[in-house]
Amino acid sequence: MASFVKNPTPPRSPPLASVGVLGWLRTNLFNGWWNSLLTVLFLALLAWVVPPMLDWLVFNAVFRADSSDECRAADGACWAFVEVKYRLILFGRYPFDEQWRPLVGMLALIAMALASCDRRNWNRRLLFIWAAGLSVFFILMGGGVFGLTSVRTSLWGGLPLTLMLAFIGIAAAFPISILLALGRRSNLPLIRALCVGYIELIRGVPLISLLFMASFMLPLFMPTGVSIDAVLRAQVAIIIFAAAYLAEVIRGGLQALPKGQYEAADALGLGYWKTQQLIILPQALKIAIPPIVNTFIGLFKDTSLVAIVSLTDLVLATRQALGDPEWRQFFIEAYMFIMFIYWIFCYFMSKYSQYLERVLSTTRRA
Amino acid sequence: MEQPVESDVTVANQRSDEVIVEMRKVNKWFGEFHVLRDVDLTVKRGERYVVCGPSGSGKSTLIRCLNRLEEHQEGGITVNGIELTNDVKNIEMIRREVGMVFQQFNLFPHLTVMENCTLAPLWVRHMPKKEADALAMQYLERVRIPEQAHKYPGQLSGGQQQRVAIARALCMRPQVMLFDEPTSALDPEMIKEVLDVMVELAEEGMTMICVTHEMGFAKSVANAVVFMDQGEVVEMAPPSEFFTNPKSERTKLFLSQVLEH
Ligand SMILES: Nc1ncnc2c1ncn2[C@@H]1O[C@H](COP(=O)(O)OP(=O)(O)OP(=O)(O)O)[C@@H](O)[C@H]1O
Ligand SMILES: [Mg+2]
Repeated sequence: MASFVKNPTPPRSPPLASVGVLGWLRTNLFNGWWNSLLTVLFLALLAWVVPPMLDWLVFNAVFRADSSDECRAADGACWAFVEVKYRLILFGRYPFDEQWRPLVGMLALIAMALASCDRRNWNRRLLFIWAAGLSVFFILMGGGVFGLTSVRTSLWGGLPLTLMLAFIGIAAAFPISILLALGRRSNLPLIRALCVGYIELIRGVPLISLLFMASFMLPLFMPTGVSIDAVLRAQVAIIIFAAAYLAEVIRGGLQALPKGQYEAADALGLGYWKTQQLIILPQALKIAIPPIVNTFIGLFKDTSLVAIVSLTDLVLATRQALGDPEWRQFFIEAYMFIMFIYWIFCYFMSKYSQYLERVLSTTRRA
Repeated sequence: MEQPVESDVTVANQRSDEVIVEMRKVNKWFGEFHVLRDVDLTVKRGERYVVCGPSGSGKSTLIRCLNRLEEHQEGGITVNGIELTNDVKNIEMIRREVGMVFQQFNLFPHLTVMENCTLAPLWVRHMPKKEADALAMQYLERVRIPEQAHKYPGQLSGGQQQRVAIARALCMRPQVMLFDEPTSALDPEMIKEVLDVMVELAEEGMTMICVTHEMGFAKSVANAVVFMDQGEVVEMAPPSEFFTNPKSERTKLFLSQVLEH
């Protein structure tokens, strides 16, 4: 057999058509006639839809108006509606001159939520952050101390109410759901039965019915003279509901862990709670980040159902703003405005979940 | 139920008979399946036992009964002077004295190598962090991977992971180490690095019970080889005798199959 030796080949640049903008276009948009056809069709669709949309949204839109007649005269969107009504939409029926309070309270909630996103705060500090954020919020909203006039919860409304229901809902439902998920996998039959019963019962009914129950049935069971605040009742209903949902999501994460993790923890002599805290939950929750955040996003939007029991959340406040006959016809702009608000929060949660997955990943090679 | 207290353990260590692991007529069933049948085993301090036998013979079950990863139904087990009962405190006390290394390593993937090693000293032994770190480093050096201390298990080769698993178990300063086929999941070129560490450990006087088919390891360090078949200890003998002059037909058959290649 003839022996063979290859001389070293110097590296070459890749062929021109596979790099740069042209290369990208070619490999992604125009590889083959079918893809090219789709690309062209899609571009045509964009050209057909986008310009009129921009006209309506921006170029022909009315941003300021002294009366709604100016809007009626124009072809575009009537953002003037938002300009006129934004305080009613954002803060509901909260006393007009005191509306700096819900504004600052809301910012405190947002700051609290942002601080909770920082992994360096995932320790005892988190409790302080929440205690501080919630204290500021409730003192400002409720008043009655520090010379702030007292404001009944029935006047609370708009975005601060929505954020409160969502953030407290998430923060309270999360630990409860972890206990439920662990309980459902417990070796103790009584605990397991209780958790299964709770989860299956609550998950099987619509949130609306829970809100109704909390609003109209709970007072019937209360001793006379004792009344629970309507906002609190709705908050509890949301927590109860979200906990059941979240518990199943977390159980999914728990089930994804191999048995070996439990065995290794057992063999080291870690007890049940330390095993859960140090080994099982950190991994299970990480695996379950996408569905957990999915549930959070759902919960955030589900808070709009409290309108059913007459709480003036962002959606109901918007409907009330539309109650003004002069502006009634601009409901599209009104809903687009609050859709945008919901979207900002939900999109942030989605991005944050992707970020978390990335930084918590330990499989990448060093 | 009486709970043995910590000081009893130290007393147990000083007993002159020095039996670390004792199994007396242990029986276990998985449902109807009789997986351990009247197993007797006595291991003294500093002894190395190698357990072998065909697949499904109950080797893993046997050593997993010693730290209650599996529960036996009849007979008695004493580990380091503590009688194994259903009491959780009692079980955890035994587990603290028993290190275990698994076929699939079972490292904690969300923790670094260092954190894997310091976890139990910190949370079970309540050791100060500095001390635990120093201890972990000492054992990582023993298994020759101190430079990997800050990587995650997923970034290491199989052989490296298994050595970390050994270091993790050693960090609890166990009285006895259990190995369940520690090299079976490894590529051939990594088996030696793990076996070398195990041989060193044996030479330092660690009490070990190893389920393994590495007959070279058995020959060089074992005090006794235990052959199991269908849930029974069929034959138990020093390696010289076991390999050259097996008594039972089942052992002969098994050895012919294992030593063939
Ligand atoms: N949790 C379980 N439930 C039911 N049967 C089991 C269980 N674990 C093991 N067994 C059965 O018990 C028998 C002994 O299992 P064991 O794992 O102890 O065998 P082994 O000797 O370690 O085998 P291998 O060499 O394949 O690891 C096998 O037949 C196995 O199928
Ligand atoms: Mg086995």
